[in-house]
Amino acid sequence: MEKTLYTVIVFSENRPGLLNQVSIIFSRRQLNIESLTVSASSIEGVHKFTITVYTDEEEIDKVVKQIEKRIDVLKAYYYTDDEVIYQEVALYKVDTESILESDEIEQLVRKYNARFLEITRTFSVIEMTGHTDEIKELYYALDKFGVKQYVRSGRIAITKSTSELLSKFLSDREEEAKG
Amino acid sequence: MSQSQISGSQALMRAFLAEGVETIFGYPGGAIMPVYDALYDFHDKMRHILVRHEQGAVHAAQGYSRVTGKTGVVIATSGPGATNVITGVADAMIDSTPMVVVCGQVVASLLATDAFQETDVVGITQPITKWSYQIRSAAEIPWAVARAFYIAREGRPGPVVLDLTKNAQIELMNFHYEPCTFIRSFIPTPPIDEQVVSDAAALINQAKKPFALVGQGVILGNAENELLAMLEKAQIPAAWTLLGLSAMPTDHPLNKGMLGMHGNYGCNIKTNECDVLIAIGMRFDDRVTSKLATYAKQAKIIHFDIDIAEINKNVKADVAVLGNSKETIAAVTKQLQPARHDEWISSFDSYAKIEYDEVIKEEIDPSTPDIKMGEVISKVSEATGHKAICVTDVGQNQMMGARYFRFSQTRSMVTSGGLGTMGFGLPAAIGAKIGAPHRTVCLFCGDGGIQMTIQELGTILQENIGVKIIVLNNHFLGMVRQWQEMFFDERYSFTNMKNPDFVAVAKAYGINGKCVSTHEELDHAIAEMVSNDDAYLLEVRIEPKGMVLPMVPAGADITDVRLK
Repeated sequence: MEKTLYTVIVFSENRPGLLNQVSIIFSRRQLNIESLTVSASSIEGVHKFTITVYTDEEEIDKVVKQIEKRIDVLKAYYYTDDEVIYQEVALYKVDTESILESDEIEQLVRKYNARFLEITRTFSVIEMTGHTDEIKELYYALDKFGVKQYVRSGRIAITKSTSELLSKFLSDREEEAKG
Repeated sequence: MSQSQISGSQALMRAFLAEGVETIFGYPGGAIMPVYDALYDFHDKMRHILVRHEQGAVHAAQGYSRVTGKTGVVIATSGPGATNVITGVADAMIDSTPMVVVCGQVVASLLATDAFQETDVVGITQPITKWSYQIRSAAEIPWAVARAFYIAREGRPGPVVLDLTKNAQIELMNFHYEPCTFIRSFIPTPPIDEQVVSDAAALINQAKKPFALVGQGVILGNAENELLAMLEKAQIPAAWTLLGLSAMPTDHPLNKGMLGMHGNYGCNIKTNECDVLIAIGMRFDDRVTSKLATYAKQAKIIHFDIDIAEINKNVKADVAVLGNSKETIAAVTKQLQPARHDEWISSFDSYAKIEYDEVIKEEIDPSTPDIKMGEVISKVSEATGHKAICVTDVGQNQMMGARYFRFSQTRSMVTSGGLGTMGFGLPAAIGAKIGAPHRTVCLFCGDGGIQMTIQELGTILQENIGVKIIVLNNHFLGMVRQWQEMFFDERYSFTNMKNPDFVAVAKAYGINGKCVSTHEELDHAIAEMVSNDDAYLLEVRIEPKGMVLPMVPAGADITDVRLK
């Protein structure tokens, strides 16, 4: 079956050991995690994992069910790229001298909607947010002038629905708790 | 220090009592000593079984749980104590057995320093438990224990490990216990979808050749009566997974036998002939389905399960009935039309006859002097009026036990299905007898398996547990030998065993026994074995190269049944 990049979003209680519980479900199936971002969600006390992975729908469906089965996981969802708005951030370090030598780097920064984060006498740091391919494109363009360091974050994503997915689940559960 | 304060260890004991714990299987050690000290004051309220190895404790707790439906409780120390329970924890996970294991752990300040007998127990057990949690302070104990029992028991059951640091066992705390009834991140039983119930009923109502596959989910859901009502109302023939055995009497006319690799001929053939396959509380294990690509392709599949992760995992369901089996089966049955499928039901008979003539007849009533495995099991079952609990180890003894033991009541089959743990049998039989003291418990094991946990004869000695141990001794690791004969050109690589005198070993532990090698001796020894409620070891010298048949080779079509 054809492999697609899926974005898996997991909401969990904020308890130690959750990352391990989630990641072993991927490793057991020899699925390589492309990127992983873990942080507090917009809901107090709830953690959010954003994971990207190449696989097919049948497999991602099973993976997400296995994740959701873990006791401290609240909900887990999977999406294709057209179902989410997503972004990554990248930092590029270049010699300040190469910026001064011509205006080409400045042009690139304008073209890619990037920005200078830091300029010192010796080096400068450029920041760009975007999709993986755009970030890579800028890297290759900048690398003609020599990129000293380059780092790219994992994906963060929000769905195209209007509210936080989890809110309804949590309010439903609250109702059930009251009996 | 206020008067009302108690230690974490005492809190653990009180929490156990609050959860209705009557029996604990365990083994003391350094990092769990405060708990054992507290247990000293509670020994009249809870029975503690001192096993001889922690693996014995978990398997005994499994046997106890399987016959009683209660949650098995295990206590072990840190480090090696904890790692010794791992096999049983994994076994309980794959076989959905509710269990709470409390392991000692080094004091919290020493964690992650490679302290004496420190192991990352939570790290090790996360993939093989429903929940695994480290308790680092006494104040957490009531909360964690309540949660542990709730999680172990509710929904699809399974094991929970509590890793209890030594400081938490000693610290003082104010005890207040509230049972857990709700965890917001855990929905143990999915709500029943009425539409799905109607869809399932409609499919069954229009079926000409319905076939039910029954797994342990029926037993775990206490849905034996509901199941029977459904099968009888719509006249649906049924077959059983290894763990579903005993949920329905063996001699019920709709009970067509066991599924899978060593299942009954007709059951496997009919899997690929039925028009609606009704899978209930089973997970389409590879030992049941064999090759998935050719499995029941002609049939509409209805899958009843409590665990949504089982739906479409191996076999795609046309209708998935989620929920507790007791409720879902009843709900579907309400919408069933009474039906008859006489021709379909009797179509199993010709296969049953072939299997009987070619396999079963000779197996239970051999024409040669050698004793056969099926003969032993059949005779023992007969001698107990088919009312006993059958516990098996793993291998040929297990498959023969499943095939030839006959059941008249539920929760009567205790075996390691998913994990296939050799050494499971003896401790599981001990646990089963403790859980069901008024029933006869017959353990069938091989000469290989019994030696993996033979130290538990010591537990039988100390606690005076009347299990009937039947060692089917062929001086081989029989199932591996069978595969070597069938698939490895008869290259018997390290499967032949030189064994001790099992009867003498038993005698050393104060257990009466006999070794037999003729049909007549066997009959007399069985009569002697069941004449009282004492422990007994019956070593049966069986034919050395006996085979479990029929057999579907691993990975073959489920209809590729070999009778010889």
